Amino acid sequence: MAHHPQHHASTGGIAKPQTQAIWKTFWILLGITALEFIIAFTMKSGPLRVAIFVGMTLVKAFYIVAEFMHLKGEVKFLIWSILIPLVFVIWLLIALIVEGGAIDQVR
Amino acid sequence: MAATTVASTTQSEMTERKASIWDGGNEPLKASYGKLMMWFFLLSDAFTFSALLITYGLIRFSHTAYSEAVHGPFKFAQEYWPIPERVFDAIPFFHDIHAPLVFVGIMTFVLIASSVTMVLAVEAGHRNDRHDVEKWMLWTILGGATFLGCQAWEWTHFITGTEAGTTIRTLENGNWVTKTLFGANLVANQYGPPAFADLFFFITGFHGTHVLSGVVLNILIFYNTAVGVYERRGHYEMVEKVGLYWHFVDLVWVFVFTFFYLV
Repeated sequence: MAHHPQHHASTGGIAKPQTQAIWKTFWILLGITALEFIIAFTMKSGPLRVAIFVGMTLVKAFYIVAEFMHLKGEVKFLIWSILIPLVFVIWLLIALIVEGGAIDQVR
Repeated sequence: MAATTVASTTQSEMTERKASIWDGGNEPLKASYGKLMMWFFLLSDAFTFSALLITYGLIRFSHTAYSEAVHGPFKFAQEYWPIPERVFDAIPFFHDIHAPLVFVGIMTFVLIASSVTMVLAVEAGHRNDRHDVEKWMLWTILGGATFLGCQAWEWTHFITGTEAGTTIRTLENGNWVTKTLFGANLVANQYGPPAFADLFFFITGFHGTHVLSGVVLNILIFYNTAVGVYERRGHYEMVEKVGLYWHFVDLVWVFVFTFFYLV
């Protein structure tokens, strides 16, 4: 566990909340989502806009997994055993997007 | 670790052997069984959602993309994939107002906010603060229920369709017929190819089912906290484990939002 529970006896009552990092993450997520809206309405759709959206989504995913799910505080081995299998997702994505384009060609 | 248990090992042999964290007798991943299993379940669930979203990519790319130069000004048609922001442009109580993606933006905000209240409940659990855990769990349940309500409205609107509908020409029993479609179901879709509606129902429906089970789990956790189960146990790790699930549901929505609504 990344954090150890502080017992009543050791602290003399309930400890003060430590929520600074949580709220910082919240504002980052909210800010990125707001930025996504601005881009959605001001930028013409195209490969660049898609790339920006994907990049922002990955940044948001990083903050949710690292901060909210505390994966950042876990041991390295656990972090990698979660992240490395996701390589297969990238492979499937590339394979099927290419395949989709090919289906459109023969339709 | 293992070296110390073998009594007959000589001194030189003992110094040569390197102790490994995988020899046993400790916790190499420094995480409880329950948390590990939740992580591995979430990994498998990530594959399921990836498969659904990648299928969306495959089917979208196998359809003609809308192009203003070829098709003229955008209107709903069966010939090309619709622009999502033209489909999802309604908000409750404001009839006939073009407000693209505003409602789905509100839903995104609600889910991110409920993720924050969940992590605040986990933080309160670390401090063994029962009152704060109860408070933040209630806010999280409220957020989840609000999201589900929003989704119910969006589905209803999507299924009912626009007032004018979309007139299409289609081949039925060997004859070309003209008919007007209103809304969408699994076989007919006024917004575009039927596959677009199918994917909408499958992807947001599968995510919504996850939110629903998350809300049920959250209610169970809230109940156990309120009756003092975790206080007697001495730790609030169950809040953490269900929290992992809840954040994952939020994480999936971040991807659904991008790939279904924005791109």
